[in-house]
Amino acid sequence: MDTTLVANPSMTLEDLASQALELAKRQGASAAEVHASIGSGLSVTVRRGEVETVEHHRDKGLTVTVFFGRRSGSASTSDFRGAALAEAVSAACVIARYTAEDPFNGLADPEHLARTIPDLDLYHPWALGVDEAITQARRCEEAAFAHDPRVRNSEGATVTTHEGTDLYATSTGFLGAVRASRQGVSCAVIGEDGEGGMQRDYDYATACDARDLPDVESVGETAASRAVRRLGARQIKTCQVPVVYEAPVARSLLSHLVSAVSGPSLYRRSSFLVDSLGQALFPKWVHLYEDPLRKKGNGSAPFDGEGVETRYRDLVTEGVLRRYCLDSYAGRKLGLVTTANAGGVHNLMIEPGADDLAGLLRRMGRGLLVTELIGFGINGVTGDYSRGAAGFWVEDGAIAYPVQEITVASNLRDMYRGLLAVGNDIDFRHRIATGSLLVERMTVAGH
Amino acid sequence: MATDLSHSHTIERAQEFLLKPAGIGADDLERVIGRMLGHQIDYADLYFQYSRQESWSLEEGQVKSGSRDIEQGVGVRAIAGEKTGFAYSDEIVLPALIDAAQTARAIAHSGQDTAQGLSVRRGDSLALYAPCDPLGSLEDGAKVQILERVEQEARRQDPRVTQVMASLSGSQETVLVMRSDGVMAADIRPLVRLNVTVIVEHDGRREHGSFGGGGRSDYSYFLSEDRAASYAREAVRQALVNLEAVPAPAGTMQVVLGPGWPGILLHEAIGHGLEGDFNRKGTSAFAGRLGERIATPDCTVVDDGTLHGRRGSLNVDDEGTPTQQTVLIEHGILKGYLQDRMNARLMGMAPTGNGRRESYAHLPMPRMTNTYMLAGRTPPEEIIQSVKKGLYAVNFGGGQVDITSGKFVFSASEAYLIENGRIGRPVRGATIIGSGPEVLTRVAMVGNDLALDSGVGTCGKDGQSVPVGVGQPTLRIDGITVGGTED
Repeated sequence: MDTTLVANPSMTLEDLASQALELAKRQGASAAEVHASIGSGLSVTVRRGEVETVEHHRDKGLTVTVFFGRRSGSASTSDFRGAALAEAVSAACVIARYTAEDPFNGLADPEHLARTIPDLDLYHPWALGVDEAITQARRCEEAAFAHDPRVRNSEGATVTTHEGTDLYATSTGFLGAVRASRQGVSCAVIGEDGEGGMQRDYDYATACDARDLPDVESVGETAASRAVRRLGARQIKTCQVPVVYEAPVARSLLSHLVSAVSGPSLYRRSSFLVDSLGQALFPKWVHLYEDPLRKKGNGSAPFDGEGVETRYRDLVTEGVLRRYCLDSYAGRKLGLVTTANAGGVHNLMIEPGADDLAGLLRRMGRGLLVTELIGFGINGVTGDYSRGAAGFWVEDGAIAYPVQEITVASNLRDMYRGLLAVGNDIDFRHRIATGSLLVERMTVAGH
Repeated sequence: MATDLSHSHTIERAQEFLLKPAGIGADDLERVIGRMLGHQIDYADLYFQYSRQESWSLEEGQVKSGSRDIEQGVGVRAIAGEKTGFAYSDEIVLPALIDAAQTARAIAHSGQDTAQGLSVRRGDSLALYAPCDPLGSLEDGAKVQILERVEQEARRQDPRVTQVMASLSGSQETVLVMRSDGVMAADIRPLVRLNVTVIVEHDGRREHGSFGGGGRSDYSYFLSEDRAASYAREAVRQALVNLEAVPAPAGTMQVVLGPGWPGILLHEAIGHGLEGDFNRKGTSAFAGRLGERIATPDCTVVDDGTLHGRRGSLNVDDEGTPTQQTVLIEHGILKGYLQDRMNARLMGMAPTGNGRRESYAHLPMPRMTNTYMLAGRTPPEEIIQSVKKGLYAVNFGGGQVDITSGKFVFSASEAYLIENGRIGRPVRGATIIGSGPEVLTRVAMVGNDLALDSGVGTCGKDGQSVPVGVGQPTLRIDGITVGGTED
């Protein structure tokens, strides 16, 4: 695959960034920062054994933010040629003329910046040709069809590879670049019950190193079993029961926590967790932490979005919220300091318990296992929670039958306080990793 | 439906803007496509795009940030049977275009390198909006003033308002499509949007309210009809209603949906399931059901990309097909699908002007434009009066659908209990879940008050976002699941 740039082949990202910083300085900016990235990839989808799409990706972009004292403006461009770069910098400077002075504005404080940039082993380019990608996607989908005769239709199997470089540079001399690759296999299939009922489900795997991906066949088989186990799903009666969130959907409960303890929701006082520092939000056994420097991690980063050094940090210990998730701006505004969360969290983990998913279901006894959530019914200001769900009714600690067209509702504060257990079935595929979660009690609405 | 007499001018302007700086001529495009067709390719297209976007945002009474983005590139697609090859370049220069074309056409392995001739003609187009430039339509200082006025208006409403967040954005997108059937089409698309969110606080309780609007126009849209200030007042009103709200009930009940934005019901429950790709593949809950009754006879639902100035409207879609009004459900009978060119061809149907893509770096798919139900005959007051006990939901946040099972969900941001035909206390946390193929069979009353939304919808599918519109009259649905917390 050809991945060279057409224009300016000799221009590196570093050259571009320093050019943009220089232009900003010449226009009178007192400080500036540049994010620049370049990447390329291939994505191949096979459906019902036939090639459906072959997509070649090439992406690049540069965003410059300029500061005139405490005023700022930013602009971005996907065109790296000199005139476009100059236009972007000028646009940012023009905007800064109209924005208001903000005493908390500015680059990260120099003492917080990463001094060394550790190699987190994130770059493992995969010389995946189109033919090889087709073969792998085909094997993945074939395994799904072979796994169960009720799998009679498919949305296809996809194999992807992507590699790129992200660079961050400031006028104060910070320059950090991270090369990373991302490989993936996914498969989505439809189970049919022969009476007109259809259910879709999927599975996927992702890693920076293709050698860490599971067999493509196992991804297809998991997708197949997930789809057919949903066949015959029905509505249940409205009730209040304990609920287990299967690991892939349990992640969302932690991501609601992250947004509620993130800078903007706090300083706007628009979060249900305003002023919750030091409060026991969870039961005593709950331990949440960030581990940004894990080698090959899906959320690993040697520095955050403004060059701040990342390191292991607890978020919740003994059930108590120990810190917020802040960038430099929010830190200054709240009278605190950055927690290296510009751009989000990096490998946020909840310490796993001893039980696997089956163990959690036994512990629950009678209740609901949620395996899919849809909709956006979360009120971040009040913590009110109500989402569409599908999953399984659990009786005597075992799955009884599939359910759908129901909602699960509560308030996030009550859900966090009522967390009874976390499974050891950790889903590492995202920057937030958790096992399945058992919540004491929720309202399930049905017929 | 007016045909724009100056449309040829749009093509000239797009060429001047997109191709001329790179020295690319119309003959180069013919040659690139002609050489792709020699490779056993059934269809190919080139999609050139240049877009400029800006946004300004206010919090704590001041506009503290603003940004401007420029994006441009060309996407090349080659189709052989059901196979699609796709490549793109974010620089519009001839070598990159030729390179992308060679990569895309590799989808068909064999073929001789013989170019086919192409007879280029101009495609038809509509004229639903002026090819204006929102970014240049107002001085930057005046844009900041709009946001400051919105903030002041919101604070003036009530002392319980503690925070006002407002954002203003505008974009202009110039696109040029060259298809292998020789059709060349172009469009210059303005889009503006203004959004207000307020936080209110009283007795230790906090709530929020949001409102916004926009369309294919320039910023003067917000200055006329007092729109900017009215958005602020509406956001405060919703927030204050929610401050009084009690937990929503849980269970299956009669639900009355208000006019306008609640039409998100049709978008989720009906629209997505009728997109051609899901039906060609047989993965939609509606697959194979054309001609069947899926709604009560009062229900007629259309997708219409031809409404003047609306957020979901397009003069031509992203494959150069003029948009149209497509009847999806007529008096309760399923009548049609939404098609792009590839799915239409594979299903033996006509394209409906619904081929849309987020940008040159994405493949087109069948997508909605403005989706709404036509008005019925019943005054909305009568609909409310007919309900003994139920829910009246008038504003919503987002929604989502599982295409295959047909289950959809959308969450109310403003809803009330109905008791004995009267609107009662506001409730919070009401999420509604139902089944797409069934929900319209339970529509018992259709209001005479059709309204379209204020211009805020963004639809996501397969990772691609496009602006859309929705609308409906007041509807009474007998039996749908409401997901509150109160038994």
